[in-house]
Amino acid sequence: MKRLKDMLPPVLAAVIGFGGWEFLLWLTRPDGFVLPPPSEIAGALSDNFSAIQTATRVTGFIVVSGLLAGVLLGVAAAVLVTAFRAANQTLTPLAVAVNAIPIVALAPIFNAWFGLLSPRSNQAVVVALVFFPIFINTSRGLADVEGGQIELMESYGAHKWRIIREVRIPNAMPYFFTALKLATSLAVIAAIVAEYFGGRQDALGNIITNSAGLTRYADAWAAVLAGSLMGIGLYGIAVLLERVVMPWYFLARRS
Amino acid sequence: MNTQADPVPAEPAAADSEPDQVPAVEVRGVSKTFNPSGSNEVLALQDINLTVTAGDFVTLIGPSGCGKSTLLRLIAGLVDGSTGTLLVNGKSADQARLDRDYSMVFQKAGLFDWRNVSRNIELPLELMGWKAAERRQRSAEMLELVKLGEFAQHHPSQLSGGMAQRVAIARAMSFSPALLLMDEPFGALDEMTREHMQNELLRIWSDTQTTVIFVTHSISEAVFLSTKVAVMSPRPGRIAAVIDNELGTRGDSARDSPQFFANVSTLRKVLRSGEPQ
Repeated sequence: MKRLKDMLPPVLAAVIGFGGWEFLLWLTRPDGFVLPPPSEIAGALSDNFSAIQTATRVTGFIVVSGLLAGVLLGVAAAVLVTAFRAANQTLTPLAVAVNAIPIVALAPIFNAWFGLLSPRSNQAVVVALVFFPIFINTSRGLADVEGGQIELMESYGAHKWRIIREVRIPNAMPYFFTALKLATSLAVIAAIVAEYFGGRQDALGNIITNSAGLTRYADAWAAVLAGSLMGIGLYGIAVLLERVVMPWYFLARRS
Repeated sequence: MNTQADPVPAEPAAADSEPDQVPAVEVRGVSKTFNPSGSNEVLALQDINLTVTAGDFVTLIGPSGCGKSTLLRLIAGLVDGSTGTLLVNGKSADQARLDRDYSMVFQKAGLFDWRNVSRNIELPLELMGWKAAERRQRSAEMLELVKLGEFAQHHPSQLSGGMAQRVAIARAMSFSPALLLMDEPFGALDEMTREHMQNELLRIWSDTQTTVIFVTHSISEAVFLSTKVAVMSPRPGRIAAVIDNELGTRGDSARDSPQFFANVSTLRKVLRSGEPQ
């Protein structure tokens, strides 16, 4: 009963939002290219279902593989930077400098490196975009440990790597998951924008550009919708993972 | 992971063990300067001499900035760069730290949120390479010692400040160290909890025959707990006096004894003068 009550406001907001959108367009009847009504987008989605399904799978592979690689690299770099002062002095400024480059703008250049139709260039954009928030947040979490907890471990004669394992990594978990949730939507954006410039021709990004070029705006919107659903799904998985991996964190918040 | 892990669990300090000839802690002519030859150079400790005999309960008392916490951390081997001789169990402080000759309790309980109460107590045992079953059994014994038996599966955030500090003491005592270093462990507790914790600590101390070095700035706490009080004075930090603290009977009833009040007033005078009597 309580769950139902909690779900009512967002469901109501969605109904009013989509209803209002549909109604307003029905009232004003603008040209189709400005904004198609939700019913038309739904129609386009069902008409092109198999193409959009394939495209979602193609783009989804790029998003998920790029996300995983970016997360692994970001975490590895953060641990390295925490463990070795020399790594911190070289890697951190480098990462900051690389982050200052508008990564998405590199997509056409990556295409030249990896081949215009290769998914590698799109993956590279995703990896580069995901890496930074994961790296910065995780290294912050690894460093932001209460001084007393380190002293405690040292008083038990624990070594650097043991302290990283027992104290720093658990401490960095909340920071990491904050970054991961951010990274899921970043990865979808990065993949779709990269696909505007190259990569496989049956991906979501290409459907969007091609449909828009042919003034089939409802089709473009249908692909955008698929991308949004993918982003929401990945975010949901990140939230779920957070609950499973660190139940202690939510216990501590509640009390 | 830990190459220095001791595969054999440490024996609990037996009551009938031979009296140790080596002092638990020996400090001779120790000085410590922070930021040496820098613009903000501070002489934190100057020519400290202190001998702690096994079984003693020694309190370091003094105003803030007198270096009592620094002295405790020197003994713990957590701060280095001092001059003079500092021996813990006849070894260097750092070696004693690596050999786990002592255990430390801080003002903050410092329990790990990601471990339940029982696994927090098991932490030092894990570092020492104890087997899981032995760890769990010892953890249960320790929870009985601090009278928190039914809280093994609780989460640190579900404990009050006093309970958390009792868990921290249980964790520190888990491997039966011969020496317990305590840095204002009850400083953040309210008066009622604090007195209760002092009673508990005295009971544990006499049950386990552990040597204790205890930092505080509370006069009554020092008199109630210690066999010896080292009075420290600031700028530069030094030991102004070491007082033998005879109370006759020890324990909660001592709080109202004339001897207790007499010792409190003596200690207060020494602290105010900052000079030996």
